[in-house]
Amino acid sequence: MLELAIGIILGCCALGAGCAMIAGIGPGIGEGNAVAKACEAIGRQPECKGSVTSTMIMGCAIAETTGIYALVVAILLIFVAPNTLVGVLKAALGL
Amino acid sequence: MNEKQSKLRAKDGLYIAMMIVPLVVAMIIKIVTTPASEGISISGARIFLEIPMPLMPLLITEAQVNSWLIMITILGVCLFLTNGIHENRGDWRQMGAEWLVEKLDGLVGENMEPVFHASYAPFVGAVMSLSVFSSLMSLFGVYPPTSDLNVVGGWAILVFILITKNKLKAGVGYYAKGYLEPIPVMLPMNIISEVATPVSMAFRHFGNVLSGSVISALVAWALAGASAALLGWLPGFLGEFPYLRVGLPAILSAYFDVFSGCIQAFIFSMLTMLYISGAYPGDELEARKARLAQQH
Repeated sequence: MLELAIGIILGCCALGAGCAMIAGIGPGIGEGNAVAKACEAIGRQPECKGSVTSTMIMGCAIAETTGIYALVVAILLIFVAPNTLVGVLKAALGL
Repeated sequence: MNEKQSKLRAKDGLYIAMMIVPLVVAMIIKIVTTPASEGISISGARIFLEIPMPLMPLLITEAQVNSWLIMITILGVCLFLTNGIHENRGDWRQMGAEWLVEKLDGLVGENMEPVFHASYAPFVGAVMSLSVFSSLMSLFGVYPPTSDLNVVGGWAILVFILITKNKLKAGVGYYAKGYLEPIPVMLPMNIISEVATPVSMAFRHFGNVLSGSVISALVAWALAGASAALLGWLPGFLGEFPYLRVGLPAILSAYFDVFSGCIQAFIFSMLTMLYISGAYPGDELEARKARLAQQH
């Protein structure tokens, strides 16, 4: 029975990590848009290349934030949560 | 003159030692404290010392020790660059120091309101250099302090205190009224967005550095497996040696450690400047001054 419970915990943690990374779609689209617009801007005004590029990198890094949150959640679910949850389960069972 | 020069040289040696010795010490600490049995693993900062305190034990962790060592290194760099500084003549070190200060002043001047120029450039520079050096620590194989949430969280709380201090400049009443705008129903939303500022700053920096180190560790682990599968048939030590792990992870490290670390340091200091500058109620103070002038 305990094996089954631990198996469910591990499987659900992996599943949750996978689901969390769906959030990677948003930053991907957002950064793609930003880069496309930056390319357009450079094509229109090549003399502004420097400032456009630095602004774009800044914006990309901020757009990346939500993806990074998802990544942190996924990493926690894979590397931290199983140990903690199994510990909680064992404590509850008095093992 | 000669004696003075030799004195300068001795001091320079001391400062160069101040730059290099902390990095070596960090590497030695890492080598000594890592158990031999532990291969590639993804774990948090190692706890060196636990000091019992009334509320909860005070932990001295790897991240803290490394950030102290980085502070010594940065101090050494600053002292080395400014040693023997002179008003009229300048050598390459003085030029370098002046270039750095000028660039920093220019950055702060572009992004902050004029009231802040003189007072906030040192703070922004300190945050930026600490962040860059901390993230680049992973190039030496040492635990980078910025991949510990507590370190970055501390910086973010510092920035949050400065933001609140600047918001309070026009009085507590004006600050409290800011929470009820545009309509009083928005109060919970405003409180959440206020708290979200330091949280998002800390998580952005921490997540980027952490994801870099996790991906590097996973790639190193996979390459070890791949080289065991490809070249494991060689006899003895030749078969056990992970050939693919030599040099290949460095290509990833160029992106994850160098590029990502520097970009995140830049963004952290940029957001620091923008938030602090945006918190300053300049219009309100101007309007108040005008009202006072009208009354008199």
